[in-house]
Amino acid sequence: MNDLERMKSGLMEAEGAKEFVTFYIGDQLFGIHVLQVQDILSNVRTTRIPLAPPEITGSLNLRGRIVTAINVRLRIGLPPLEGAQSGMSIVVDHHGELYSLMVDSVGEVMPLQSEDFERSPPTISPRLKEYSEGIYRLKDRLLVVLNIERLLDFGRASAA
Amino acid sequence: MDELLQEFLTETNEGLGYLDVELVKLEQNPNDPDILSNIFRLMHTIKGTCGFLGLPRLEAVAHAGENVLGKVRDGDVEVTPGLVSIVLECLDRIRLILGALEETEAEPVGDDSELIARLETVAEGWDAEQLTQPVASDALETGSDAPSEEAASVPTAEDSAADETVSEVDPEQADEDVPVELAEIEATEENIVEMVQPGEEVVAVVSNDGAGGGQPPAPEMEAGDQGQPRESSVANQSIRVNVELLENLMTMVSELVLNRNQLLQILRTHKDSDFAAPLQRLNHVVSELQEGVMKTRMQPIGNAWAKLPRIVRDLSQDMHKKIDLQMKGADTELDRQVLELIKDPLTHMVRNSADHGLETTEGRRAAGKPETGTIVLNAYHEGGHIIIQITDDGRGLNTDKIKEKALANGLTTEAELANMNEQQIMQFIFKPGFSTAQEVTSVSGRGVGMDVVRSNIEKIGGNVELTSKYGKGTSFTIKIPLTLAIVSALIVESASERFAIPQLAVIELVRASANSDHSIERINDTPVLRLRNRLLPLVNLSELLKLEREDDESEKDQFIVVAKVGTYSFGIIVDRVFDTEEIVVKPVAPILRDITLFSGNTILGDGSVVMILDPNGIAGETGELTVTEGMEGMAEQKAAKSDDTVAMLLFKAGSEAPKAVPLGLVARLEEIDRETIETSGGQPVVQYRGQLMPLITMDSHQALEGTGRQQVLVFTDRNRSMGLVVDSILDIVEEPLNIELGGEHQGYIGSATIAGKATDIIDTGYFLTQAYSDWFQADGKLEGDSASNRILLVDDSPFFRNLLAPLLSSAGYNVTSVEGADAALELCEAGEDFDVILSDIEMPGMSGFEFAAAVRANRWSETPLVALSGHASPNDFARGRAAGFSDYVTKFDRAGLLASLNETLSNMRGAA
Repeated sequence: MNDLERMKSGLMEAEGAKEFVTFYIGDQLFGIHVLQVQDILSNVRTTRIPLAPPEITGSLNLRGRIVTAINVRLRIGLPPLEGAQSGMSIVVDHHGELYSLMVDSVGEVMPLQSEDFERSPPTISPRLKEYSEGIYRLKDRLLVVLNIERLLDFGRASAA
Repeated sequence: MDELLQEFLTETNEGLGYLDVELVKLEQNPNDPDILSNIFRLMHTIKGTCGFLGLPRLEAVAHAGENVLGKVRDGDVEVTPGLVSIVLECLDRIRLILGALEETEAEPVGDDSELIARLETVAEGWDAEQLTQPVASDALETGSDAPSEEAASVPTAEDSAADETVSEVDPEQADEDVPVELAEIEATEENIVEMVQPGEEVVAVVSNDGAGGGQPPAPEMEAGDQGQPRESSVANQSIRVNVELLENLMTMVSELVLNRNQLLQILRTHKDSDFAAPLQRLNHVVSELQEGVMKTRMQPIGNAWAKLPRIVRDLSQDMHKKIDLQMKGADTELDRQVLELIKDPLTHMVRNSADHGLETTEGRRAAGKPETGTIVLNAYHEGGHIIIQITDDGRGLNTDKIKEKALANGLTTEAELANMNEQQIMQFIFKPGFSTAQEVTSVSGRGVGMDVVRSNIEKIGGNVELTSKYGKGTSFTIKIPLTLAIVSALIVESASERFAIPQLAVIELVRASANSDHSIERINDTPVLRLRNRLLPLVNLSELLKLEREDDESEKDQFIVVAKVGTYSFGIIVDRVFDTEEIVVKPVAPILRDITLFSGNTILGDGSVVMILDPNGIAGETGELTVTEGMEGMAEQKAAKSDDTVAMLLFKAGSEAPKAVPLGLVARLEEIDRETIETSGGQPVVQYRGQLMPLITMDSHQALEGTGRQQVLVFTDRNRSMGLVVDSILDIVEEPLNIELGGEHQGYIGSATIAGKATDIIDTGYFLTQAYSDWFQADGKLEGDSASNRILLVDDSPFFRNLLAPLLSSAGYNVTSVEGADAALELCEAGEDFDVILSDIEMPGMSGFEFAAAVRANRWSETPLVALSGHASPNDFARGRAAGFSDYVTKFDRAGLLASLNETLSNMRGAA
C-alpha cells in the first residue's frame, strides 16, 4: 500500500498541469485524476458477489469500509488477462461509495500539461470512448484519461 | 410524566430562554420589526400550546403578555424599559408555573390577576414605570406552591422530538450509574410541599423583581441570570442532539465493535499474549459503549402511539361507536429507526380495529357484549424482539366472507379453500387489494391494506400473526427486532463462499446426509426434505446464486437452514454452517441494489466481507412469498390422523415422480389394447363393457397412439366409467396418509410421503369432471328419494371431507361437512337437523365414540349414526354399536357406504 498522502501533498499541481495516477491495461497507459484516488492496493482478497455483473469482481474490506472491486479490463470490453493477475487496484471515491478498480499494473503519479490534452478520436472502440474523457499526448506514448463517473454508472450501461 | 407535557416543558423552556434574550435586544433596538415579530411569535406559540394542553393559568398569563406585545407590534404602544420588564416579569411567572407543572404535572394554585391587570394596563398605553405593584402577596402564594429545585430530580423519560431530525438524549440514559433520586419520583404533592424550602428564595427573587419593577433591568444583563427563579430540571436533564450526529456515533461504534471482534479473533490464536488482559478490558468497554449508544437510539413505543388516542376518539365520534383504547407497555423501548417504520402500520391496524373490527353500539348490544368496545395495545420485550399486540373484542374475522371475497378476486379456488383451515383462510386478508369491509369508509378501505402493513413489517425483519374468533374479536401479534443496526447472523458456506443469514429468520438447522435420518429427496428435480412428518420445500443456495461448484461437493453432507418468512417455512441447502456472529449491516453498493437476494453486506471478525442473504428475497425468488400455511393447524391434523392407515395405489403417469390414489376409489385396473382407442368429440374413448368410456391422461400431451397394451385405472360411479391412463402401476401400500403442501396444481390434492418417497396424491374429482363435466351434478332421481336426505359428515381430515362430500352429493344427498365433533354439536345447538350423521372415529379432541355418546344424549338422539373408520375389525364393530352407531363402514368402501346409508335411511323410515 502506497502512502497516498505523501503523494498528494508532495506534488502540488502546477499552473495548467493536472496530476494523474497512471496505470496499464495491456500496453495501454491510462490515467485517473489524482484527487479522485483514495488508495492504491495490491494483492487484496475479494469476496465474490453472486449474481452481480461479470466485471464486478467482488467486495473487499478497506479499513472497515466495504469496497466494491471492479475489473477495468472487463469493464472496457477487453478479454480477461491470461495467467496470474498482479492484483493491483486503485481505490476511487464515487458519490461517497468506494470502488476498487483492478488494473494490470499501477504506474506513477504524473503531472500532465493541458495543452497536450485532446478529445478522444472518434475511431476508438465505443466502450472505451464511453468511459474515456480524452487523450494526453506524452512524448513516447498516449495516455487515456478515464471518466470515473461514467465508468461506474452501471445503471446507464445496463440500460443502454 | 405525560409525553406531551414533557415535550411542551422542554420546548417552552427553550422558548423562554430565547425570549429573554430577544426582549433585551428589543429594549436596545425598540424599532426593529424582526425582533418584535420574533418575540410575538414565540409568545403566541407558548400561549397556543398552553390552551391546547388545557393549562388555563398559563394561558391567561401568556395571553396577557402576548396582548402587550401585539400592541407593540401594531405600533399602539411604545417599547419602554418599563414595558420590557413587565413582559419579563410575565415570562418569569410562566417559568414559575412551568416549574410546578414539571413536578406535579398540574398547574399550581395561584392568582395572576394582579399581574394580568398590570399587563392590561400597559397594553392600554400606560407606561409601566408609573405603576406601582404590590406583587409580593400573590407571588408568595405561587412561590409556596412551587417546590424548589431540590425536589426536582424527576428523571426525564427518554423523550422524543416530534421533529424528524432531532431527538433528545437524556444524559441519565447514557449512564445508568447516575443515582436517580427515585424516592422523589414517587413524591406526592404533599411530599413536595414539605421538601420545599419554604419558598424563600423564590419569593425573594420575585419580590426583588417586583420591588424593582419600576426600574429598567440593566441592559447588559444576561438572559440566563435574568430574574430566573430557578433552572428547569427538565431542560437540564435532556439535551437535543441532531439525529445525524447520533447516527454517525452509531456507525463509529459499529466499526469499533468490528475491530474489537477482529482483535478477539486474533487473540484466540495467540493464547498467551500480553495483550490478553487489555483486550479483555477493551472488550468490556466497547460492549458497554455499544449498549450506551444503542440506548440513545432507543425510544419508548409510546411515541408511536401518541396519536392513537386522538384517532380513536375521532373515529368513535364519527362512527358512533364507544371505544376504549387501552395502551400497555408504552414505555417499552425500541430503536428509533424501527419505531419510525412501524408507526404507520400500527396506526393503520388500530384504525382497522376501530373501523372494521368493532361493531356499532347497537351491534354490540345485540351480540350481548358491553356497549363499549375495547382495543388493547400491548408491547413487551421478548428475547431480542419487541412484541406488539393489537387486540379488539369486536366481531372477529368472518371466514365465510373472506372465502367469498377470495373467490371473487380469483385468489383461490373452491377446491383449495376446502383444504384450508380457518387460520389459512384468514391469511387472505394480507393479500393485496383485500378488504372485507362492506363499504369504503372515510376511515379505512382506502387501498392501503393489510398487505402493505405486512410488507412494511417484514421489511424490517418482523412478522405479523393473526388470530381471530368470529364474534369474539381479533388479535394481531407483531414481532420485530429491537434494532436494525447490529444483528445476529448465522454464517454459512456454499460452494466455498461464505454468507450471512439473519438469525431472526432461522428456525433450526438440519444436517442431511444419505445415511442419516434426514435425507434430501426430489420431486422431479425439486428437492424436498421430510421434517417431522412434513415436507419442507428446499432451495439450493449454490443454485440460487448460480455459484459453480466442483461435482464431488454435492456428494458430501449438506446442511439445511430452516427459515421462516411470515408463515412460510422453507429450507436453504448449504455446504457448511459456521458460527453465529454479531454483524453490522451495511448497505450494498448502489450498483448491486437490484439483486434482491441480498439485504446488505458486512465485515466479519476475521476482516473478510460477506454478503447478507435476505430471506424475504429468497422466499420471493422461490415464488412462494405469499403462501401461508397455518402450521399449528396442520400439526394438529397430522397428530390425529397419523394412525389412520389407507391403502393407496401407487402409479406412474406423465412424469417420473410417483403418484397415488386411494385404492378404494379405483373400481378396476384394466389393460387395454391401444388399437381399440377411438376418438369421440375430440376425446379418446374406448368401448368398455358395452359403453364408451372416456380416457383421461394426466398430462394432456401424452400420446395414446401406437400399439401395445395401455394400463388404465377405471373409476366407476353408478353406471358411468372413466379411465385414467397411467404409464405403470407400481405398488399398493397401506400407510398412514399425511397430506402436505395443499394442492398447488390442478388435479392434485397434495403430496404425501408414501413408501418412503414423496408422492403426489391425485384429485380424482378433478379427473372425473374432465371426463364428464356434470359428474358431480348427478340428478337425485337415480337414487330415488334420497335428494331430500340431509347428511352431516364429521371428519377432521379435509382430504376425506373433500373426497366424500362430492361423492355423497353425487349420490343425491344434501351434505354438510364439519371438521370436528365440536363443530357438529354446535350445529345441533343451532337447531340444524339431519337425517343421518356420518362420523369419523379418530378425531382430535372428541373422538367418534365420545361424539356418538354426546349425540345420543342430546336433541339428535333419534338421528342414525354411521361410523367411518380405517379399522373394521369385529371388535371395532362391537364397540361402535355399543357407542350408539347404527352402522360401521370402512373408509373408501364407497359401495358399502352408499348401501349402508340407504339401508339406514329406509330402516328409519320403516320404523317411523
